[in-house]
Amino acid sequence: MKFDSTIAAISTPPGEGGISVIRVSGEKTFDIIGNIFSKIKNRKQKINLSELNSHTVHFGYIFDNVHLIDEVLLSIFKKPNSYTGENTAEISMHGNYFIAEKVLNLLINTGARLAEPGEFTKRAFLNGKMDLSQAEAVADLIKSKTDISHQYSISQLEGSISDYINRVRNDIISTIALLELELDFSEEDLEFVSKTELKQKIQEISSQIEDIISTYTTGKIIRDGLDIVISGKPNSGKSSLFNYLLKSDRAIVSHISGTTRDYITESIILEGVLINLIDTAGIRTSADIIEEEGIKRTHKMLDEADIIIYLIDGTLDKSDIEKEYLYFTKNLNPDKTILTYSKRDLFKEKPENERLEISIYDDDSIKKLKKEIIKTAKRLTGYNKQKSAINKGNIILTNFRHKLCFEKTLESLNNALDSINSKMSSEFISLDLRNALNALGEITGEVTNDEILNYIFKNFCIGK
Amino acid sequence: MKKIKFDIIIVGGGHAGVEAAFASSKMGFDVALFTMDINALCRMSCNPAIGGTAKGHIVKEIDALGGSMGFLADKTGIQFKMLNISKGPAVWSPRCQSDKVKHSEETLNLIENTTDIKLIQNLIVEILVEEYNNNNKYKYFVKGVRTENNEIYYSKCVILTAGTFLNAIMHTGKTVTEGGRIGERAAKGITESLEKIGFESGRLKTGTPPRLDINTIDFSKVEVHPGDKNPDPFSLKTPKSDFPYLPQVDCYLTHTNENTHKVLRSGFDDSPLFTGRIKGVGPRYCPSIEDKISRFKDKSRHQIFLEPETLNRNTIYMNGFSTSLPAEIQEKAARTVPGLERVKFLKYGYAVEYDFFPTYQIFLSLETKLVSGLFFAGQINGTSGYEEAAGQGIIAGINAALKLKNKPPLILKRNEAYIGVLIDDLINKCPVEPYRMFTSSAEYRLVLRQDNADMRLIEIGYSLGLVEKKYYDNLIEKKNLISEGLKFIRSNTINPGVINDYLIKLSSSPITQNEFISNIVKRNNVKLKDLLRLNGLADNLLTKKLLDFPEAMNQIEIETKYEGYIIRQNEQIDAFSKNENIIIPDNFKYEKIKSLSTEALDKLIKIKPKSIGQASRIAGVNPSDITAILIYMRG
Repeated sequence: MKFDSTIAAISTPPGEGGISVIRVSGEKTFDIIGNIFSKIKNRKQKINLSELNSHTVHFGYIFDNVHLIDEVLLSIFKKPNSYTGENTAEISMHGNYFIAEKVLNLLINTGARLAEPGEFTKRAFLNGKMDLSQAEAVADLIKSKTDISHQYSISQLEGSISDYINRVRNDIISTIALLELELDFSEEDLEFVSKTELKQKIQEISSQIEDIISTYTTGKIIRDGLDIVISGKPNSGKSSLFNYLLKSDRAIVSHISGTTRDYITESIILEGVLINLIDTAGIRTSADIIEEEGIKRTHKMLDEADIIIYLIDGTLDKSDIEKEYLYFTKNLNPDKTILTYSKRDLFKEKPENERLEISIYDDDSIKKLKKEIIKTAKRLTGYNKQKSAINKGNIILTNFRHKLCFEKTLESLNNALDSINSKMSSEFISLDLRNALNALGEITGEVTNDEILNYIFKNFCIGK
Repeated sequence: MKKIKFDIIIVGGGHAGVEAAFASSKMGFDVALFTMDINALCRMSCNPAIGGTAKGHIVKEIDALGGSMGFLADKTGIQFKMLNISKGPAVWSPRCQSDKVKHSEETLNLIENTTDIKLIQNLIVEILVEEYNNNNKYKYFVKGVRTENNEIYYSKCVILTAGTFLNAIMHTGKTVTEGGRIGERAAKGITESLEKIGFESGRLKTGTPPRLDINTIDFSKVEVHPGDKNPDPFSLKTPKSDFPYLPQVDCYLTHTNENTHKVLRSGFDDSPLFTGRIKGVGPRYCPSIEDKISRFKDKSRHQIFLEPETLNRNTIYMNGFSTSLPAEIQEKAARTVPGLERVKFLKYGYAVEYDFFPTYQIFLSLETKLVSGLFFAGQINGTSGYEEAAGQGIIAGINAALKLKNKPPLILKRNEAYIGVLIDDLINKCPVEPYRMFTSSAEYRLVLRQDNADMRLIEIGYSLGLVEKKYYDNLIEKKNLISEGLKFIRSNTINPGVINDYLIKLSSSPITQNEFISNIVKRNNVKLKDLLRLNGLADNLLTKKLLDFPEAMNQIEIETKYEGYIIRQNEQIDAFSKNENIIIPDNFKYEKIKSLSTEALDKLIKIKPKSIGQASRIAGVNPSDITAILIYMRG
């Protein structure tokens, strides 16, 4: 069977870096590496790796049949004390993908098989090293780009979601048990929980779950970042601002062109918040049909944006500026829009301090804008509150699958409440409580099926 | 010449054995039914009652499959009652008090009138098997049985339905008697012959309350519990015009009190239960009175139902007072109960201990894994209750017959029948205390109702040859009428003028514009029958048909009133079926998965689940084990 074989993969991303790491896991790990590894610069001098202690690092050399390939550090992890729970080794070599691929090929020629995406983690799971939600957290952890999303993934890896769900499930199970007792012993005159108490209990759980679902917006921002659309009339300075922000802050995602030519996206991190900057096509008021399509798209983006920076060219005539302002008040949600006057250096009139005015030639003015962005971002997301919630180990939903499960749970709890309110007997209430239980169980893996597993493991990369 | 060769031999004439014999013979096989006493067929060792919560469902299912229990219950019932009618239709459960003497008589009558069943009064002491030369599924095949007077009978299948009789011992206080029932012997030798070839057995315990003299009870001090006024019979075969067959009687309710409990406690030193002389495990849910007072310490009283056992004899069954305390304590305690101050005991309560075979040793078909052709059914599989036994009996009888026809066994699914739930639980949970059926064990109970047992199972019974064509035809007509009726009420409206008087009478809010009939039916207290009689609807041909077929109308009403719930239940069943359909290969190597716990590994290897679904229900197998198996299988 598949999991009997020994697998290998390059665990570091492609490209040049300080080091590359190859991970090998499986019963034959030490035999296979033993064929190509030597502690001295003599390829004939083989050592028996299984005699080395677990959790030790060894300097040595990798050879192919003829040549020395690289000098490496070899870390030994013996079962069951490894990530996968199997015999595992990690070969750290110089950071050149070409070398790493060469070593990987050697390993495959001597009996290892190329690992599939997520296979190391699957093995870890099969060997009892982690539960399903922890495996899922591993995928999130790899993708985390900011401090807060990292913290969140770590806390999930430690089991905070599982802990909460297990608590709620136990609550629901004990409730169901009482309802069932009432049905099973309907002839006996034993006393059980009153429907009022039952209602209270379910309401309590459902309001907790509502709270959790409401953290998803924040959670999504933690995980995927905040979408900020820069908008305004043509020539209002959108692209200049966009480029300036990118230059001054580390762009962490490579350039992605929009599906239309209308916008481009780049990501930066401002004070630990991942921000996806979106430069849109200018808003024109044209009767042109093709143009209208573009405008429609822009409006859709404005609707979906977390924050809008609306630029008004400050060098325009007063009447034009007023028109622009009118447009802003009529069309944009003031709560999430930062109204900004651009080209401050070219103003005909004296700058006004009450309004936000920027010039890309004036660092201080851009700093003001950034402050405004952060302030708005944190206000909109309850960021500070959430950050302290994470520090306290509270649950923030970042995972779409988890959100769907919580929504299903909530729906079932509400159905149960409906049943209580319409004085249905216990077996009806129990039906929906059992559904709630299942939906919660799907998050932690108490309830499993193929679809859930596929969903979880398809998000993995090779080497994890 | 005496006949000594049969297709199928059944050992034990209780509820399981009779049902098995009846099914196998109807499926065309030559059956021998062995019993120690032909006058004790289907004897009610304990409660003189059939049905009750969840058990009534089983009786209806047996009937729909073509079995005899419901029919016999109808013949011999002296009080019929639908339990739980204040709750939803899924937990309504029919129950009857039976005349226990008549019940055995009617059973004998039925068996004697069934051609192909040879009733033989003899005690079996050995199951005969022979080893296969090479068979990778079974080690042995069954050959027949040996009687205590050393006669040998041969058959291709043997169904063992020995009830509580295997090495049975009875306890009353410190008095210990051999036997499976008062005045009856124990069956020795069978367990030993099976252990010799590799079976494992265990000990279980069950108990029964005292029987009282009706003439010594003061009925002015107890509550009268009459039966239903117009009860429905259990069986489709019972003509309503003749039902009920017997005169109907009342039951009575009284309660224990602190005084009773004090007396009972004084006997604990001599209780075989508390002194550890009873090694068998008793049912948690049908506890003895001494169990109840030591477990529910803060309850100052417990219910006692006084139930007549027969029409002609004057014995009263003291339901709720199951006990194995010394005789004098039983008597003294009973006399503290209102109405029983001067009561005379006809029989003391006693406990019985017996051998059973833990169910990891049988397949879902009830055939043993070790011996081809040997089936176990009833209490030897660790169940409690007549209905649970009969439900297994009919399945064992059917599957022995199917085996002889070289056909795959009948395995009812958890979403098809309580009997399916029962057997699935037996195999996967491998109970260590007597298993009693509850509605809570049936997770799909909203669709497993007693009112639709016929819709669920008649087709199966008919295809097996157990159900006569007329019942099948009737079912098809009913199903068609139901779907027509549902379509009708979902697509036709009713106007305010016609309906509002009726709604107001029910204190339901009147409607202001035309409304679909189905939406009106969904309202509390609204009866479809009443709507169909309203002006404008009553002359419709379909409504006439419906009014003439109340069972069909009832189904339409239930399907409509509880539509949302039934839809959600069916969604659960879909999810359940997905896992049932992921088949685990026979040779699956569980030991390769390191994350499986020792217990899970042990159980999986022993039980060899057919599907991921079944594996997930095995006690001791955790969800993470299932995920691991799934991931391992899928790679």
